Amino acid sequence: MIDIAAWFKWLHQTSGIKLTIFYDSYDRSRFLEGFGNTLKLSLYCLILSLLLGACTAWLCGSRQAAIRRAANGFVQLFRNTPPLVQLYFFYFAVGPLLPKVDGMPLLGSMGWAIVSLTLLEAAFAAEIFRAGIEAVPKAMIEAAESLGYSRAQVFRLVVLPLALRVTMPAMTNNLVNLVKTTTLAYAIAVPELLYMSAQIWSEQVNVPEMMVVLLISYVAIVGIINHGMQRLETRLRVPGFGQ
Amino acid sequence: MSDAGPGAAGAPIVRIVDLHKSFGAVEVLRGISLAVNKGEAVCVIGPSGSGKSTLLRCINGLIPVDRGEVYVGAHAVHTLHRDQEMIALRKDVSIVFQQYNLFPHKTALENIMMAPIQVLGQPRDEVEARAHELLKKVRLAGKESSYPGELSGGQQQRVAIARALAMRPSVMLFDEVTAALDPETRKEVLVTIRQLVDEGMTSILVTHEMAFAREIAHHIYFTDHGVIVEDGPPAEFFGNPRKERTRAFLEQVS
Repeated sequence: MIDIAAWFKWLHQTSGIKLTIFYDSYDRSRFLEGFGNTLKLSLYCLILSLLLGACTAWLCGSRQAAIRRAANGFVQLFRNTPPLVQLYFFYFAVGPLLPKVDGMPLLGSMGWAIVSLTLLEAAFAAEIFRAGIEAVPKAMIEAAESLGYSRAQVFRLVVLPLALRVTMPAMTNNLVNLVKTTTLAYAIAVPELLYMSAQIWSEQVNVPEMMVVLLISYVAIVGIINHGMQRLETRLRVPGFGQ
Repeated sequence: MSDAGPGAAGAPIVRIVDLHKSFGAVEVLRGISLAVNKGEAVCVIGPSGSGKSTLLRCINGLIPVDRGEVYVGAHAVHTLHRDQEMIALRKDVSIVFQQYNLFPHKTALENIMMAPIQVLGQPRDEVEARAHELLKKVRLAGKESSYPGELSGGQQQRVAIARALAMRPSVMLFDEVTAALDPETRKEVLVTIRQLVDEGMTSILVTHEMAFAREIAHHIYFTDHGVIVEDGPPAEFFGNPRKERTRAFLEQVS
């Protein structure tokens, strides 16, 4: 770290390129905090939205019309409204309605960002899962039923494993979108990567440098997700299916 | 394959009385009656769209019955509504489909092992040993770890037969199992089925293979437009058909 810090200091002195996050410990800790919060926000929303999305897709195929309608309504509401409006809605409209605990709001801006982005991404994930479920041939379900599988077993052991494979490329897309959408949390002052970077550039007046850092940071995060999903896709690939 | 099933005393193991089934306005089955004794092989033949596949699916409850009675062993299929009762029936009756319908994400061996473990709750090592035996029986030893996508149609169909047998059913249903196969692979599947019939497996086969039906069936049913036009032992049925409609059909397919 010492060498790197010295080199960036030298770079600043000789060329004027000012990357304080590499040699100013305060800026570095702010930047890393932002980076960590973006990862945290992404990871929470990723896991929660996949679970909620799978449940919603399952409910969309319920035998009861009321449940089907409710699930569809949820998907339509969150798919057809702007993400920023949703975020503001939760933070400014729903937030103040909740009771306070010891004078503090029940959910902070980070909490609301997780709730809002999870619901948004779950709506998209549900649509993707639903398409995957519909792509499983009816004959496969008939075969499983004829072997004595119960409805739940057919879904869990045959439909879901096949649907997952079909949905992998679309799901990767959705996860990439999720990471990029976390920057909206800036608007409600969640100390994520964009927010912290903005703090740094407004103090250090190194806007172009920080923009480049930001772009590279997101390329790295999204690259890791892409790589992981591709490896998963290869591992789950079976000959003669979905190709 | 239990020896003391309800059909052991000469009573039919599958009995269908005046079965009716419609899809919307289309009457597919219009009063079918038939009986199959334990150990018998019965072939159902007839032109496409005459309701043969629907008939098979009514026997294992994949399609609900509109009217009439269907008995399989101790199960009165037409009275079953609860999922649990249906599952109990399907443990007794296995079906092999025209399009094989193997699970593409499981190997040949896993396809055979899945239901005995997950549905019947049998111990894994016992099921695995049986699955190896069954693969040998359908002459596919060595293909244990192949995925369905890596097997030919005929091989997939033989895995499907092994998968059905792994449940140790008392009745096997075959739904045009060679219709999607080319002549060479067709033969290997037919050899497998003949072996089963010779061993005394109660079988109901919907087929277009006239020569095969004549050779292995104990009884032939000819259906057209949702009714049984004529039935009888193969020698009589093929040698001396009584009905004009039967003669016309047999002339067309031979």
